Order: sequence, then C-alpha cells, then structure tokens
Amino acid sequence: MGAFAYVAPSSVAEALAVLDEHASLGKRAQVLAGGTDVLVQMRTVDTQPRTLVDIKGVAETNRVDIGATETFIGAAIPSAVLNDNAELKALFPGVIESADLIGSTQIQGRASIGGNLCNSSPAGDTIPALIASSGVCVIAARGGNREVPVEDFVSGVGTNVLEPNEFLIGIKFPNPAPGTADAYLRFIPRTEMDIAVVGAGVSVTIDENGTCTAARVAIGAVAPTVLLVTRASDALVGTQLDDTALEAAGVACTEAASPISDKRGTVEYRRKVVAVLCRRATAIARDRAKLRVRTKVR
Amino acid sequence: MSEAIDYKVIGTRPIRPDGVDKVTGRAQFGADLNLPNMLYGRVLRSPHAHARLTRVDVSKALEMEGVYAAISRADFPENPSDLGKNIMARDKVLYHGHAVAAVAAKSLICAEAALALIETSYEVLSPVLSLDEAMADDATLLDDECFTKNLPETPDKPSNIAAVMTLSRGDVEEGFEQADVIVEGDYNIPMAHQGYIEPHACIANINESGQGSVWTCTQGHFEFRALTAKVLGMNVADLKFIASEIGGGFGGKTTIYLEPLAVLLSQQARRPVKMMMTREEVFRASGPAAGTHCKIKVGARNDGTITAAKAWLAYEAGAFAGAPMGPGAMAVFAPYDLENFHVEAFDVLVNKPKVAAYRAPGAPQSMHAMESALDELARKLDMDPLDLRMKNAASEGTQAPYGPKFPAIGLKECLEAAKVHPNYTSPVPEGAGRGVAVGFWFNVGMQSSAEVHINENGTVTIIEGNPDIGGSRASMCLMAAETLGVPYEQIRAVVGDTESTGFSNVTGGSRTTFATGMAVIQACEDIIGQCKSRAAATWGVDEDQVEWEDGQAIPSPGVNADVKPLTLADIAGNAAKTGGPLLGRASLNAQGAGASFSVNMTDLKVDRETGKVDVLSFTAIQDAGTAIHPAYVEGQMQGGAAQGLGWALNEEYIYDKDGVLENAGFLDYRIPVASDLPMIDTQIIEVPNPRHPYGVRGVGETPIVAPLAAAANAIRDATGVRINDLPLSPPNILAQLDNA
Repeated sequence: MGAFAYVAPSSVAEALAVLDEHASLGKRAQVLAGGTDVLVQMRTVDTQPRTLVDIKGVAETNRVDIGATETFIGAAIPSAVLNDNAELKALFPGVIESADLIGSTQIQGRASIGGNLCNSSPAGDTIPALIASSGVCVIAARGGNREVPVEDFVSGVGTNVLEPNEFLIGIKFPNPAPGTADAYLRFIPRTEMDIAVVGAGVSVTIDENGTCTAARVAIGAVAPTVLLVTRASDALVGTQLDDTALEAAGVACTEAASPISDKRGTVEYRRKVVAVLCRRATAIARDRAKLRVRTKVR
Repeated sequence: MSEAIDYKVIGTRPIRPDGVDKVTGRAQFGADLNLPNMLYGRVLRSPHAHARLTRVDVSKALEMEGVYAAISRADFPENPSDLGKNIMARDKVLYHGHAVAAVAAKSLICAEAALALIETSYEVLSPVLSLDEAMADDATLLDDECFTKNLPETPDKPSNIAAVMTLSRGDVEEGFEQADVIVEGDYNIPMAHQGYIEPHACIANINESGQGSVWTCTQGHFEFRALTAKVLGMNVADLKFIASEIGGGFGGKTTIYLEPLAVLLSQQARRPVKMMMTREEVFRASGPAAGTHCKIKVGARNDGTITAAKAWLAYEAGAFAGAPMGPGAMAVFAPYDLENFHVEAFDVLVNKPKVAAYRAPGAPQSMHAMESALDELARKLDMDPLDLRMKNAASEGTQAPYGPKFPAIGLKECLEAAKVHPNYTSPVPEGAGRGVAVGFWFNVGMQSSAEVHINENGTVTIIEGNPDIGGSRASMCLMAAETLGVPYEQIRAVVGDTESTGFSNVTGGSRTTFATGMAVIQACEDIIGQCKSRAAATWGVDEDQVEWEDGQAIPSPGVNADVKPLTLADIAGNAAKTGGPLLGRASLNAQGAGASFSVNMTDLKVDRETGKVDVLSFTAIQDAGTAIHPAYVEGQMQGGAAQGLGWALNEEYIYDKDGVLENAGFLDYRIPVASDLPMIDTQIIEVPNPRHPYGVRGVGETPIVAPLAAAANAIRDATGVRINDLPLSPPNILAQLDNA
C-alpha cells in the first residue's frame, strides 16, 4: 500500500473545506466511506499517495430519513445497517437486496451504497436498483447541495460527475406510490462473493386491474455505465405484465446492451442473460406490487 | 469387504494435537515469523510472456537508500537446470510473471520502489499459448535445444514437445473390430490452480559464508533444502530448513520459488530477508495444474465388455518440461481390466508458468476424458453406468496398464457400495441430472524417518520430518498409540527441522500416513524391543521371556516370574538404572503403496436460461485401506470433491492474446465458496493394503479425480447435451445448449 494521509471531518462544511483545499493546491484527496473498494485499490492497482477524507463522521452521510413523500439514505451507511431496517426494506426491497448482494457479512459491516455508486463500476450492484427506484444523488458542493438523478451520475467506467471538491451525501427517493414495488437480480457464476456478470433492476407500478402504469428498467454490466432502458419500460407500461410483455422488455434490454467479452462473460452471453434477468426481476417486482395495490407502504 | 480387525485406537476420531493453535491463530505460518533487522524481498517479474532478456541491470536499485541487496541472473551459478531458470530468468523469459530480478530493502514500500529502478530490455517474441499452436510443425519454439525425448529415433529438429510416452497392450485395432459399439470424444481442460489459501512465504537468515537457516511454508523441507542448495551451488549441510505450519499445498508446495532468492539476498545483505508472494504472484508465477487436450476412443461388445481403448493425451508443461503426462497416461485406464489399449502422451512447452503437482497430478484430466467416454458408452449400450464399470473393473490379480498386478484393491467394493447407496437408488430430482465416475490414484511410498522418544514420565514424543497438512500428527499419534498400547493423549508428534530428524521426502503422493506412518510404527516396535529388554534385565529373565501387551511388559505365559507388569511409565522412570533414555528410531524407503479407487456420484441442476449449475448432492465413496482417523479421511474426500467440482464448473486460467493471465485473483479465478456446495456425503470403504502393518493406502489425491467427469456426466444427463470442454461455466453451458 502506498503512503497516505487521513482526515476525518465531522461536518459537511469541514469535509468540503478539506476537499477544496486539496483541489486548489492540485493535491489528491479521495473520499472514504466503508473503504471496501478504496482500500483494496490502494493495495493493488492504484498505490499513489493521497489524502483519505473519511466521511463516516459526517452526520448527514449516516442518516436514514423516511419522510411522508421522500426517503433519504446517507451515502456512508453500511449495508448491514440498511438490511436491518425493516421499514426501508419494505419500501425498497430491490434497493436493499442489491446492497445485500455485495460482499460477505463482514464486508457488509462497512460497504455502503454511496461507495458503490461513487466507485462507478459498470457492474456495481446497487446502481440499477437505485435507478429503477428513481434515486437522486444529493451532492455536497461549495455553493450548496446539488442534485443529480442516479442515471446521470456515472459518466463512464469508474468515472462520475463529482468535481474534486464535491462529495456524495446520500440518495433520495420518492416514496413508492400504491401498487409500486422494485426488485434487483444479478447473475454470478457462484452463489455469493462475486461481481455481476449482468444485473437488472426493475420498478413497476400497477393499478387495481393489474395493468402496469409505470415502469423503470435499468441494466448493469452490459455497457460502460448502467443503462436506464426506456424501451423496456415502454414495453411494460399498459400491459398486464404477462409473459409476452416481459419477453418484449427482455428483448429491449438485449437490444440496449452493448457489452464486452471478458473474463466474466462473452458478448453473446451477456446479451442473452440480460433479457432473462429483466424478465425475472420484472416478475418479482410485479408480484410484490400486487400485494401493495390497495395498501400504501407509507 | 475383508474381515474387520479389532483396533483399539485406530479408527477413532480424537481432536488433532495441533488444533488449538490453528483455531486460535497462534500457529505460525510462512509469513508469521519476523526476525530482528529483517529486510523484505520483492521480485521484479517479466511483463512479457515470451521474450529474450537482453539486459537486466540492478545497479541503480542497489544505490537506493534502504536497499541492501539486489540480484539477477548474474548472481546465480552458470549452467542452470530448468528449475534454476524458472527461479530466475536467464537469456529468455518464458511466461508473464517470470522472475528477472529481486531486491531486499528495509520495507516493502522501499523494495517496491527499488524494483522500479531496475533496468531491463527485452526482445519480445510471439507467445505460444495453446497445445495446438505449440505442437504445430511450424510452431514458435520456447527452447531451441529442446529435442523430443523417448521417440524411437532421435529427432533432427527441436520442438515444443519435450517428451512423449506410450503404453500399450494387445492389438487395439483388432479390439475395435470386435466391438459392437464405439464411442469417441475430444476433451479440453484449461490450466487450473490448487488455490491454497496461504501464499508462498519464507524467511532466510544466511551468514557471509553461506551458512544459515530458512523458515518456509513447504510440503517438504528436506527437498526444499536440496533444491535450494542445488540451484545456488551450496552445501546442504550448511542450510537448515524449518517447515512452518502450512495453509494448504495440494502439490503446489512441493517445489521452490522464493527460497533461493531469499537465501542469496540474505547472504548479500547479511541480514534476514523475508519474502512473501502476493496472491497475484501465486497465480502468475507458482505452479498450476497442466491444461490438457485428450482424445479417447473406447469400443465394447453389447454386453459391456470393453474390447479396446485408445487415448491421446497432450499436457501443457508450461515454460519448462515436466507435465504429469506419465501419471496421466498410466492412470487413464487403470480402473479397468483391458486386453487391448494404446496410450500416447505428450509433455508440451507453452508460454505459461511451469506446472507443478496438483492432487493426483495428471489423472483428473485424462480420467475426465475416459469417464466421460464411458458415460456415453453406457448410454449407447443402454446399460447402467455403474454396471458397465463393474463389468470391466480391475480387481486383485488384474495386470495394471502400467505394469504390476494389483494386490487387493477396493474398486469393486466401491462400485457395489455406490449401486445400493440411497443417493443412487433414489429417483433423480425433478429437472436435475445424475452423473457417476470412477477415480484412481497410485499412491507412493518413498523415504521417511521417525524417532520415538519416551519421556521420563512414560509419555511419548514422535519426531518426524513431514509437514502436517491433512492431520498427519494425529494419524502418527494414533498409529503409535495402537502399536505401543498407550492412550492417544499421552503422545505428541513434532515435525522436526532438517537438523533434528532424519530425511523424509515431501508430504505428497498421499504417502505420509502410509510411509511415515510405517516408520513411526517401526520406531515404536524398536521401543517395544528395548522395553522388553529393560524388563528382562529388571526381572532377571531372558528377553524372549517378556511380552508386550496393552502398553506394558509382562512375563511370557509359563515363565515363572513372580513380577508385576512394567508399564511404559515404569520403564521410563527407571531408565537411568537400566541403560539410559529410551529412543526408538526407524528410517525406510517404503514399498507396497496401495492404489486407492473411488466412485463419485452427483445430482446437478442446470438453469437452461443462464447456464448456471446448482450442485444438489455429491457422494464420494473411496477405499482408504484402513482409515486411521476417519474424520480426516472424510475431510480429504470432501476437500478433493470441492476442488474437483471447482475445476469442473468454474475454475480456469484465462489468458489474453499476449499471454497475460486475466484472472490472477480469487474474484475471477472462481473456486467454489461454501454456499456453492452441498454437504458432501462420504462413505469410506476399507479393503486393507496388505503391504502396510495397519492396511493404510493413502487417501489424499484420489478424491479430486472423479468429480470432473461425474459433474460433466450429470450435466449431460440433465440437459441431453454432452459438453466436452471444461469448465462447465455458465457461458460455456449456455453456448453449448443453444448450439445443440
């Protein structure tokens, strides 16, 4: 591991000041939450010196706030904590199950949704789920917070829209409307401890007749960034979410995908399996949504 | 099954004497030792898979503050062996990750920084990355002086085929003419790694005159000493090798990588030097198992009798000759009594790391081919796959394909047990498939030494020279307890260093419980002889008038001696008066290792939309001869099954076109995690080995052999599609299902 300095600011303002100072001096600073990506990278692919800015002590990044219309999840909250929050799990089962897929029990004591998003891997498990549930990034910046929809946050493989003097405070979501539920599925060759070969996050809303009135489908590990596939959503809206509709959404995902062949899977494989996961995740979201048509989760 | 012998302690399951330190983290593994003034050694590795190394200059690294030593090819003796060239590249680098220089510095960061100052130049050559490429007539050559060995006529031009081997009996062509049914198959298996949890690590402390000690993680410290001394032109007597505890080896720690570098750096720096491979280095630059291309043809009559079998087996040796084509060729047809067979095997150089042993080296690959072909044969004959194997099974008196006649062996007993096993008689679960396969390994004897010390209170200390990988301390204690007639708890086994006990070959070849156990038994018999003589002297009777029973000396029946039996504690307590301390010893070159056969069966389910495999059940049945400590025998069977299933389903070395390994880590080199596997059912069969005092065969290697074909056969059963190439990973399965 390369040399590094460590600071642990206790407020958003303090954290911004540290980042700003580094940015203005052209010095490297990197925000640290759980460190399950950053620390591994420092030991392997990127050993250059830097200042680690640990945001776990910033109250806002550790807050879960379930409001009347909106829910906020702090960027640094470990997934083990999220998983223990029954109310959150009931609201966004897909988001929480995506976080629960990352790493082992020990890793989940540290790993955060914010970190997963800022790592900005095409295969990041939480990202399709966050997009499906219309997550919006709340970014701390000098002039005040700014907001960016999750689907616009990641700009490329390992890159995002954060400026060097900004950091992610958390993600907010509109609370699900009646008849709305989400689901996330990923494909790995093992049962756990792996990285998605393909991922699919889906949120659907159905009315009392079982007709789909809204849908968001996001797919991971099949393009440089996670994709919001509007044509898949279009294929679902207005249908009974029957096999034909699911099949059409799957085809839209295959068409939207522009994967590469690598050690984890081939182009052909990923294009096929993204359709399978889209179908299966949509079916799960649909079945969950049916239970909620008459009962608002909150 | 043969008559059960009524043992007192053999076959019990006591806790292992080294257990507490291992589960509490006190046990010291390769990287756990630190010495005062210690330096850290790091290796500069080749960025090319195949290149001439035109220049390597460590002088700038040596000038760096904090750097105490730097070495490259110039520091090694001339005329290196292949091993020497693998330890440190000379005129060529032959795989990505091949060592080209090493430094010792005050810290790891400093050592890493120093590596960046080493100047190298390469003339890059095109890498040879597959068996087909390597064996082609116009192939790029790894070694211009490699002339194929064992050909009838000395070849006139060099080749990447380092050696060939043939084995045959009868007339295969005539045999195929007698066949009613013939099956043929062509099977590829990529390189795989043993995946031991503990990376290679050592610490050398050598003085100016080349004397000193090396602490290392090894399967055999005597052989590590010999190999290190040879590579460096040193005297074995000047080097003391101490084996640390070992976090897995599976054959991969039977040869050296870091030790000569650490010794040379330490000698130059005049300080202790510690070296530890990263996981990435373990994958890139230790010794994986050979990738293979195997072709099989088998013919049988309608009643299932095999009339002829033919095998063509090509093994990737990696950068230097030495693939396990020999054992692979000798094992491929070993379970069967065949009149006509022909085996041709090839040891082929490719620009990948030099392969090392991996549990039953060579056999999983060739037997995967044969056992897959037999599965197809059974289908064509519409015969139960276990019945087909039983019809042709080798038994006592069968002449093995590799020469000798088998003494008592347990293949038929394993097949019989499988046939009535509930996991075979139960219906195949809905949507799943069932596969069976046979496994085999020779097992070996080789040299072992043991000393047995009787402490002054009658407790027993065994000193032997084999690192304890699979619970051998416990097994030694059990055999000593049985022989001496004293409780297991009174015995401790110690793995001595190269200066504190006699030579022993590696812990490998499934030989330790068999051969070192034999030495321990003989050393205990030596003690019994001495005890009888001490008792005779005490009682004033002749030595042959004393017997040893239940841990004590008693007068022989009819001997008129009005004496109290003397226990081991009595004799030890009085030893000063009867001739001094009791020390038994034995050293031997063990003969008569017994082959161990297995039958595995598994139920698998395939997700036809993603190609993902779920292992629903796995059953391993194996002849252990006698299970000294049944829990550790079961552990070997389960561990081998887990590794075999990993190799079958997801493990593979993935290279890019330049010969760079793309998955040098456990994230993308996918060994199974615990949740990937069901509880592996085991059934130990005991057909005692007639050549061992307690019937031991050796059990460590056979378990990895059958799972590959068992899994492939189950997938064939589940999907109706035969997939010949491993691994049976989701992309491979889905592509094959879609093509079918």
